[in-house]
Amino acid sequence: MKLQPLEFEKPVLDLEAKLADLRSSSAANDINIEAEAAKLEEKLEKTRHEIYTKLTPWQRVQIARHPARPFALDYMQLSFTDFVELHGDRLFGDDSAMPGGLATIGKHKCTVIGHQKGRDTKENLKRNFGSAHPEGYRKALRLMRMGEKFGLPFVSLIDTPGAYPGVGAEERHISEAIALNLREMMALKTPTVAVVIGEGGSGGALGIGVADRVLMLENSYYSVISPEGCAAILWKHRKHAPEAAEALKLTGQDLLGLGLIDEVISEPLGGAHQDQTAAVLNLRLAVTKHLDELSEQPLEQLLETRYAKFRKFGEFAGA
Amino acid sequence: MSIFSRPSFYSDKKRELPTGLWQKCPACSELIHNLELQQNFRVCPRCDHHFVQPATERVEMLVDAETFEEHDANMVSVDTLKFTGQASYTERLRSYQKKTGLKDAVLTGFCQIQGLKLGLAVMDFNFIAATMGSVVGEKLTRLIERSTQERLPVVIVSASGGARMYEGAISLMQMAKTCGALSRHSAKRLPYISVMTHPTTGGVSASFATVGDVNLAEPRAMVGFAGPRVIRETTHQDLPAGFQTAEFLRDHGLVDQIVHRKQMRETLHRLLSYLHNIQ
Repeated sequence: MKLQPLEFEKPVLDLEAKLADLRSSSAANDINIEAEAAKLEEKLEKTRHEIYTKLTPWQRVQIARHPARPFALDYMQLSFTDFVELHGDRLFGDDSAMPGGLATIGKHKCTVIGHQKGRDTKENLKRNFGSAHPEGYRKALRLMRMGEKFGLPFVSLIDTPGAYPGVGAEERHISEAIALNLREMMALKTPTVAVVIGEGGSGGALGIGVADRVLMLENSYYSVISPEGCAAILWKHRKHAPEAAEALKLTGQDLLGLGLIDEVISEPLGGAHQDQTAAVLNLRLAVTKHLDELSEQPLEQLLETRYAKFRKFGEFAGA
Repeated sequence: MSIFSRPSFYSDKKRELPTGLWQKCPACSELIHNLELQQNFRVCPRCDHHFVQPATERVEMLVDAETFEEHDANMVSVDTLKFTGQASYTERLRSYQKKTGLKDAVLTGFCQIQGLKLGLAVMDFNFIAATMGSVVGEKLTRLIERSTQERLPVVIVSASGGARMYEGAISLMQMAKTCGALSRHSAKRLPYISVMTHPTTGGVSASFATVGDVNLAEPRAMVGFAGPRVIRETTHQDLPAGFQTAEFLRDHGLVDQIVHRKQMRETLHRLLSYLHNIQ
């Protein structure tokens, strides 16, 4: 897939184009340009480094939403092996915005579920842009419970702008579907790992995100509200989204600093879509490491630690 | 610019009502004196429309006299993220504290209802739309944990605009925290009754408010995950009549019963006397 450049990546692209130009003209005219090409290459590397190591929160949000990024199913098929998809919530339907099933990662057989986006309009209509209905959350709970029954850990891959705000979703109680997962995941008798791979949009993300370990990819975000939504309310205009992204403290590093997540998984320079193989490997190593640690713990300790971890979230005074 | 301007039949001066003395019922337009409204539990005497009721008044209405022992009365929010928008979080907190006389958006404590002891929480929509930040999450969690400890039922009267944006992902995590505490309460076979009042939305509806053993709601209360404007803009769909009202949710299977405010105390007691085994 052709990578669609983001606005702040323009300097990198310009240099890449210049370099390609130089190469092709040298080939055509048989001139030796090695010295100049080397200089350009050096400059390109420097520019890349400068841009990609100093990404602002808003730039990370844009990378998190990049359509060429690996999506949940890519990880399920590549970071995991032997993925078997299982459909349906046994109540109403199957939610294509949240595929899941059985898969193996490292030595761990587990149940896995994630929000799935599409890369083009047709696929996005099928996947509902990664916004799940209640059926998705109920399928997730069904899979978790099945895993609990058969001693399989549960892994979730979070990538959603939010749970779907639609008539059907409300009629079938999206609120309750999410709430029930929050309550049940806290007491699930099996190790759980959640990874934010792209967008961690509010309750829709948390609905499969209460886990023993919560990890975030370097260029993902996790927030109580989208930067645009926050800007519209607090700055009275969506154009202030970059400031809102800053204020919300939504990047992996910020949340690690606040103690709300356990690890930031690094991405290839410029984002997971620049080198999918590396991204897929990084996720596999991180999830495997955490499952290795968690599967060593006695169940009682696991549940106590999980409860204590979420229990301590909150900052207040006067008590 | 039009040549003919519309003649004005009305004087420019609006008939001014002394503010704070009278309220107009949004349902039937009846003018009601504030004192009368308060004495009628903030229910319109003409059409039964349920106004937002301040938490202190609701506690007084629900519990046996002199039995409410408030918990964590001095807990206050802090601006961990140093949130700067158009107004800083600290300023906003201060102005709402002044306006409402409350420290934050929920009152919690042990009390008795017709002699039955329980843990009660009441949210107050007048305080930053009763959004849930750390204080709301922590006070609720402590109440649920203490009730689990003392083997008491829990009743939470919700009203909320959702999670409190100013506390970022910390506020989001309060949803998990409160639901986690409920999971332990439930595992001890202790009853939890959720009472949804107008409006109960967003992160509060998507956490503790919708997972009661029994879910009650006040008449015509708006309850839902997403706001109707967001749904209309996302789906370009007309919303069904009565969408996201308590009655709609009863008909769609989420709410067990719609209960008039004046019958709430009696109903809670009746339900708990079935569900709660006092050994």
